[in-house]
Amino acid sequence: MVNTTLSRSRSRTRTRPRTPAPRPGLGARIVVNGVLGLTAVYFLLPLVWVLIASTKSPGELFGTFGLWFSDSPQALANIVAVFTQDDGLFGRWIANSLLYAGVGALGATVLSVACGYGLAKYVFRGREALFSLILGGVLVPATIVALPLYFLLNPLGVTGTVWSVLLPSMVSPFGVYLARIHASSSVADEVLEAARIDGANDLRIFGSIATRMMTPAIVTIFLFQFVSIWNNYLLPLVMLNSTSTFPVTLGLTLWNSQTQRDPAFYQLVITGSAVSALLLVILMVALQRFWRADLSAGASKG
Amino acid sequence: MSSVRQSRSSAAVLIIPFMVMFGLFFVAPIIYALVESLFSVKASGLGFGAPERIFVAADNYLAALSSSSFVGSLLRLVAFAAIEVPLMVVTAAGLALLIDSAHARFPKFFKIVAFAPYGVPGVIAAILWGFLYIPATSPVLQVLERFGLDLNPLSSGTVLFAIANIALWSFAGYNMFILLAALAAIPKELYEAARLDGSGELAIVWHVKLPLLRPSIVLVTVFTIIGTLQLFVEPLILRPLSTAIGSDFTPNLAAYNQTFGQGNPNLAAAMAVIVALLGFLFSFGFLQLVNRKGKSAW
Repeated sequence: MVNTTLSRSRSRTRTRPRTPAPRPGLGARIVVNGVLGLTAVYFLLPLVWVLIASTKSPGELFGTFGLWFSDSPQALANIVAVFTQDDGLFGRWIANSLLYAGVGALGATVLSVACGYGLAKYVFRGREALFSLILGGVLVPATIVALPLYFLLNPLGVTGTVWSVLLPSMVSPFGVYLARIHASSSVADEVLEAARIDGANDLRIFGSIATRMMTPAIVTIFLFQFVSIWNNYLLPLVMLNSTSTFPVTLGLTLWNSQTQRDPAFYQLVITGSAVSALLLVILMVALQRFWRADLSAGASKG
Repeated sequence: MSSVRQSRSSAAVLIIPFMVMFGLFFVAPIIYALVESLFSVKASGLGFGAPERIFVAADNYLAALSSSSFVGSLLRLVAFAAIEVPLMVVTAAGLALLIDSAHARFPKFFKIVAFAPYGVPGVIAAILWGFLYIPATSPVLQVLERFGLDLNPLSSGTVLFAIANIALWSFAGYNMFILLAALAAIPKELYEAARLDGSGELAIVWHVKLPLLRPSIVLVTVFTIIGTLQLFVEPLILRPLSTAIGSDFTPNLAAYNQTFGQGNPNLAAAMAVIVALLGFLFSFGFLQLVNRKGKSAW
């Protein structure tokens, strides 16, 4: 019924000329694009500033106009300085960030997709209570978890190791939430039933059929968790004490805290920020089309 | 029968690994914080022997709430939320509606530009804006100074706005994306019908788009409230640049200092619990408000 009315209205718009969208008035066009242009400047300002600043010598940072290059740009020298300071510690920090974010997000994705799918497709007693508990986790501020976690992990000798950051990063209640919503709407029960009749084992059905249908959600959960681990500061701050295990966020603040003592660190912080910001911005822009924000939006309709 | 058993064990295999990790790294610390907030560790008598751990009931909570610096930080957090939440929601919704409007010229380019700051870690965003907030390095302040405007964003009167701006810069684009996705899901027939009825663009925004965006706006608002309460990194980074930021500027900073500076994790636990309760109060209060006002949003 709904379908027929829909298709009829569609065919009618096809035969009759579409109601033309009113021609945008010049005034409205100027206002809309003017506001958008100004906000684009706003979003780009700190990034453009740091890119320009990273081409300057430490002295020129304070003496020259911030949004224009100096007469003798030295971007390469600055980048070399960042990567050779403290025996190449910065490269180590970037590698650590990649490790924490990459492996952590991978683990989080596997765990939350399996759990979300399980909650969507199996009916059992206490299912909704379990889901509400996980949903409550979305609303808990990270600070109330990170500080006490330190005291729980400290006696076990885990604090200070890579595991103290990796393991907690693999828990993403929001990922479970997205996976459940997406599994309910995009994995049809009929498909699962058919596969079962063909004799496929439940876990195989999940691993080879359901995960394929859930690909957009899987990619979104991975990217979301990757960015939140990469950007995380509190957890590594609380857990780690050796600079060789630091992620880049923690490392840069370490350098930043030394600027009072030695102004040469200003340039290291700026170039380091430019490199790490650029890395992730490029990643985001490249992967933006896989990032299905509508999944998180659609979730609110569920 | 066997298939029921099989499906039971499969469900367990799928769900239990997450639940174990969730229990260990999420639920356990919260329970630990709740329990520890009720205890206190006192050095015994003359300071010899092991310190004693004693049950003090609500003492830590009372101590936190009678400390003027902690209450001050709570009030500051509420003031910050009052600035940040409306600013964020209005900006994100406004940008989404502007991009979605028929007038926008380069929507794709703009989406990428607005989304990019989301990839910049909060710490680095705070460091960058820190440079833009001091006259020695900020091109913006230098230009304004030329025109006779002497601004200091990090003075005590404006520092909350300066911090709100950093959070806005980081997350407005991401929230805009969520709202844009919700706008894209609205059937175009609705706009046509409204136009046939003689509605202009603004009327369509007001009577069609905004009501249909409501659930997503509620979602963005709740996430912004939760994010606001975590305020920690920005004041920590800006502190050396501003006399207006004390060491206990936000409750999270206070809890962090109690834990690692003052060596009083029990008091810190009570502070963290208070912040979490405040978060629940705000989010549920907000949901209550929107649900009472009209159609259920969730």
